[in-house]
Amino acid sequence: MMNNQGRPTNNNAASDAQITGYKSYTGSRGLEQEELLIYEIGDTQRTGVDLPEVEDFKSCLGDVERDQEIGLAGLSEPEAMRHYTRLSRKNYAIDMGLYPLGSCTMKHNPRLNEKMARLPGLGDIHPMQPLSTVQGALDLIDTLAHWLKTLTGMPAVAMSPKAGAHGELCGLMAIRTALEAKGDGRSIVLAPESAHGTNPATAALCGYKVVSIPATSEGRVDLAAMKDAMGPEIAAIMVTNPNTCGLFEREIVEMADAIHAVGGYFYCDGANFNAIVGKVRPGDLGVDAMHINLHKTFSTPHGGGGPGAGPVVLSEALAPYAPIPYVVAGEEEFNMVEHDVEGGESFGRMTAFHGQMGMFVRALSYMMSHGADGLARVAEDSVLNANYVLASLKDVMSASYEGPCMHEALFDDHFLKDTGVSTLDFAKAMIDEGYHPMTMYFPLVVHGAMLVEPTESESKQSVDQFIEMMRHLVKAAKGGEVERFSGAPYNAPLKRLDETGAARNPKLRWED
Amino acid sequence: MRYLPLSADDRAEMLDKIGEKNIDDLFVDVPKYALLKGLVDLPLHMTEMEVEQNFSAFSSRNVAAGDVPFFVGAGAYRHHVPSSVDYQIQRGEFLTAYTPYQPEISQGTLQTLYEFQSQVAQITGMDVANASMYDGSTGCGEAALMARRITRKKRIIVSGNLHPHYIEVVKSATKFADDVVVVNDPAINQAENLLAQVDETTSCVIVQNPDFFGNINDFTALAHALHEQKMLLVVVTTEIVALGAIKSPGEMGADIVVGEGQSIGNGLNYGGPYVGLFATRQKYVRQMPGRLCGETTDAEGKRGFVLTLSTREQHIRREKATSNICTNAGLCTLAFTIHMSLLGEKGYRHLAKLNHAGAVKMADKLRAIDGVEILNATFFNEFTVRLNKDAAAVVEELVDRDIIAGVPVSRLYPDRPELANHLIIAVTETTSEDDMDIMTKELKEVLK
Repeated sequence: MMNNQGRPTNNNAASDAQITGYKSYTGSRGLEQEELLIYEIGDTQRTGVDLPEVEDFKSCLGDVERDQEIGLAGLSEPEAMRHYTRLSRKNYAIDMGLYPLGSCTMKHNPRLNEKMARLPGLGDIHPMQPLSTVQGALDLIDTLAHWLKTLTGMPAVAMSPKAGAHGELCGLMAIRTALEAKGDGRSIVLAPESAHGTNPATAALCGYKVVSIPATSEGRVDLAAMKDAMGPEIAAIMVTNPNTCGLFEREIVEMADAIHAVGGYFYCDGANFNAIVGKVRPGDLGVDAMHINLHKTFSTPHGGGGPGAGPVVLSEALAPYAPIPYVVAGEEEFNMVEHDVEGGESFGRMTAFHGQMGMFVRALSYMMSHGADGLARVAEDSVLNANYVLASLKDVMSASYEGPCMHEALFDDHFLKDTGVSTLDFAKAMIDEGYHPMTMYFPLVVHGAMLVEPTESESKQSVDQFIEMMRHLVKAAKGGEVERFSGAPYNAPLKRLDETGAARNPKLRWED
Repeated sequence: MRYLPLSADDRAEMLDKIGEKNIDDLFVDVPKYALLKGLVDLPLHMTEMEVEQNFSAFSSRNVAAGDVPFFVGAGAYRHHVPSSVDYQIQRGEFLTAYTPYQPEISQGTLQTLYEFQSQVAQITGMDVANASMYDGSTGCGEAALMARRITRKKRIIVSGNLHPHYIEVVKSATKFADDVVVVNDPAINQAENLLAQVDETTSCVIVQNPDFFGNINDFTALAHALHEQKMLLVVVTTEIVALGAIKSPGEMGADIVVGEGQSIGNGLNYGGPYVGLFATRQKYVRQMPGRLCGETTDAEGKRGFVLTLSTREQHIRREKATSNICTNAGLCTLAFTIHMSLLGEKGYRHLAKLNHAGAVKMADKLRAIDGVEILNATFFNEFTVRLNKDAAAVVEELVDRDIIAGVPVSRLYPDRPELANHLIIAVTETTSEDDMDIMTKELKEVLK
């Protein structure tokens, strides 16, 4: 067994089996510590919070006081710190290494942004306090809106959507409202088969039937098929650009023209805006609405699944239908319009209050840090890193399409044919090498998809190490080392988990 | 630039490997006219110090809740969050992780989600909770849609004492689904006869407890009557601390419980990000929106956790999914869970008692002022008063005296002159007796 410097770790050279052969009594493995649930550690009498005593008083709760024990487990502060610290160490994270999840844009999360979001005048203000006491907050929202409009070349933006899918809903609701205002009751939305699942789910939520458009052999929307599907019933197209194969839709303008020609609207899924930020403005491509995932392109942390933010930029045609509330910059002060104005056409409200302010702060901090010059470099370096991965692996893996790609490189499982190794196995073996796997089995248009998005946060050295690791694994797979893959991961906190069993017999909460 | 590691040499070397001359060759698929020749019209990159200066300027033009006597609630509440919570959620392993789709290297997130679901189910008195929605209001919209899926009926009866923003979100969430949303007028301290409004086409009744105006209700009889007609009761709680003191919606017979969880572990943040709590009965679990985490075992039989029942979700089921939600409130659920673990049963119950005691004390002080009428018969940590003057004007006058006095109901109901003098006042454990006395004294003067 060798360490990183290439020296034997033990001169007396015990065999691997001897070194790893002893199972610990605790189940822990050195720094990898087992951890129970709070309910198995704490109890209902323990607490990690000291609160003032309550003086005697007369209750005004009426006759519905809670009299049964809830069963909440409490921990003292040291126990809680240890519990959550131990759990945290069972997670992979951007801070630990390259996180090549295609379509997710796992870039570095600067800590400056966290600090800014915690300034008392930004973190400790209430959405319902008087507008005269939050002028700085309204200015910040307005400033972020200006950056988003400038970067996208769009005239308006709805700030309140809480995440990408919520932004899609906002865009489609604006589209449907705009059509209905003209007495136009269209029923169909076109979306390519490579679309994110949220696209058809959102369209359905808006009462639309979704018709899927096939991809060409080049991994792009089949424009001819889309044109064939066009007609007076088509309310909108939903196209991701750059698309989920990591390619720029060359015929994007033709698509926009085609939908506009039949009186419909062009919704662009902006999940992959990172590849073109500061380089290309969607407003120049005929887009009517596009959400921007602040948690992707503008680096607000993914936080293990959220929160996100999904502001939606809108064309002149759709802007009047935008949801409330919105900020208006007056001559002397900022105002927030919280109710539709007389004769207004807003489709309504999508959420309580005004959107993900905490994410706005982080995103604007990120944007100001980069500036116009840095943001263009974000796009360039993300595209450069992805193309470098593509160029460095296409001789051993099967690249699904010809380059250049944008911010992510798509491979399929053709190179694993007859090896007995699946895309899933390959991904799990990456875990043993210290990496989070790439996105697997998405997009659906290629077999056994592997979508690699290195992002601009990676140094050349880091990308080189990743490439070297991938080449080793490809060689092992082709060399017949099936067990390296089929049993992987061997070195993670847990072995492969029984997901089928979990779904068949769902256990979704602690019970004594 | 501090966040971008590639040097000019790196870039040249990498372009060479790719076989292109310059970076714009990689953007060859972009229509030529659309590839920007220069930079967009925005400032250039800034140092950390410059960014901090900009944000200090934004921040200093706001009045932070902690700097003044502060009585604002109405759906978001200022509570004290232990320092350890904010430390833990900033650990990179939690902060910079993605959705736990690879369970072998995501057990940290998954186990905390399991703990979160367990806590939410216990607090709400329900069988099962999901791994969060964006916030309470969007969860409320999802509850209305879920009730339709379960009952296959389309008429929704909404209490007039539901938070007005939640009412609006329910309307927009169901807008294009042909649902009929029947919204009652606000009824402060009056019993609503919701049962009289249901008919055979009704899917659910949506109520709030404590309601928007602070009143506490017992919905047990309503739940019972609705169940006899195969309709669902949706109960919303915007102040989750209240459930440490009052009977849970589950005990009252709710079928779906929606909560805003911001009060536990999360700051005010000017309205977001917050954390939507969503719980239901076991029999309805497959109609739930959002992610669910479940227990399972690994290949060696060790306990572990995975995301499960995902055939409900958009990434598998696409247009047939129960919801389009993908990103949720991840890190805010972690903050909730850590804070709740620190509180435990004892701390949570005590916190609730402390909040209620403070509100009772405040109500007693205000009751003694001429021109203030307390409208609530019952309340938890928030109540509604009728002033002898326009409430919004009074709030502005008190801002000049460095007090943020509460939420004028007219901010949410501008078209109801009968509510113009109504003010909603919230008290939490962060409100000191000094704050209460200052508010009482100044309000008295303003109302003279």
